Amino acid sequence: MDWMASLYGLVGGVLIGLSATWLMAALGRIAGISGIVGNLITQRPKGDSAWRVAFLLGLISGPLVLMALGGGLGNVAGSPGEVIGAPAGGVGLMLVAGLLVGVGTGLGSGCTSGHGVCGLARLAPRSMAATGMFLLTALVTVYISRHLLGLGGGA
Amino acid sequence: MNQSSNHGWMKTAAGYAAGLLFGLGLAISGMTDPARVLGFLDLAGAWDPTLMFVLGGAVITTFIGYRLVFKRSAPLLGGVFQLPTKRALDAKLLGGAALFGIGWGLSGYCPGPAIASIGGLSLPLLAMLVTMVLGWFAARRLSA
Repeated sequence: MDWMASLYGLVGGVLIGLSATWLMAALGRIAGISGIVGNLITQRPKGDSAWRVAFLLGLISGPLVLMALGGGLGNVAGSPGEVIGAPAGGVGLMLVAGLLVGVGTGLGSGCTSGHGVCGLARLAPRSMAATGMFLLTALVTVYISRHLLGLGGGA
Repeated sequence: MNQSSNHGWMKTAAGYAAGLLFGLGLAISGMTDPARVLGFLDLAGAWDPTLMFVLGGAVITTFIGYRLVFKRSAPLLGGVFQLPTKRALDAKLLGGAALFGIGWGLSGYCPGPAIASIGGLSLPLLAMLVTMVLGWFAARRLSA
């Protein structure tokens, strides 16, 4: 097992938890990306958009700051010094995946951050159910695509 | 001047700080690499436990952090704690989560990492971001 990769994962996870804690402490909001960004784009809530835009810019600048700092603090599989990995498929696959992720997180009121991190931390039954469901279908999808259909899915 | 406009720039700065911290966390943990995510989801392959440490670290930190935060009666910069009020384990929640999981399993991207990876923009990522936004609009129409 690659203990360095796991350690970086743990450190990054703690930072994500600190971000979620800070957003609740300062603004009283759940750090759910699909909610923050999705509602910003589809509703442009009056008087409630500036912090969302700022969060979005911060989210994009995080990896860029890490790259600018240098020192190889990324955790890309196979090339640990890199910060951003390559997409797992071509344009066609990603068009389909994006639509499923958008519709799914929209209908399901959250994604890995809103349900998976904040919801589980609140011990919210809806988030536990949603997280169990999206983990299950993701595991099945990867099994079917990689082992039954022999598609790359990252390979 | 009311309190909200007084605190306007501070709220914006606080939002930026939260986003930056989140983006740094995703990048350091390797979640900006779809191969790491798919490696975790591939139980029958060369399993990569990294995502388990990311989620574990994030959930435990948030669990402790929220307990401290909720000792206060209101957020530091005003307003109220806005927590989800829905309780129903309905078809919309579970169906939506199921669809999301399929898209996540196909691409290795959930919304946070997809957006955080914009700095390394590629055509496939751009394609995903476009249809993800279209999907958000579609879900809003379906919910109306």
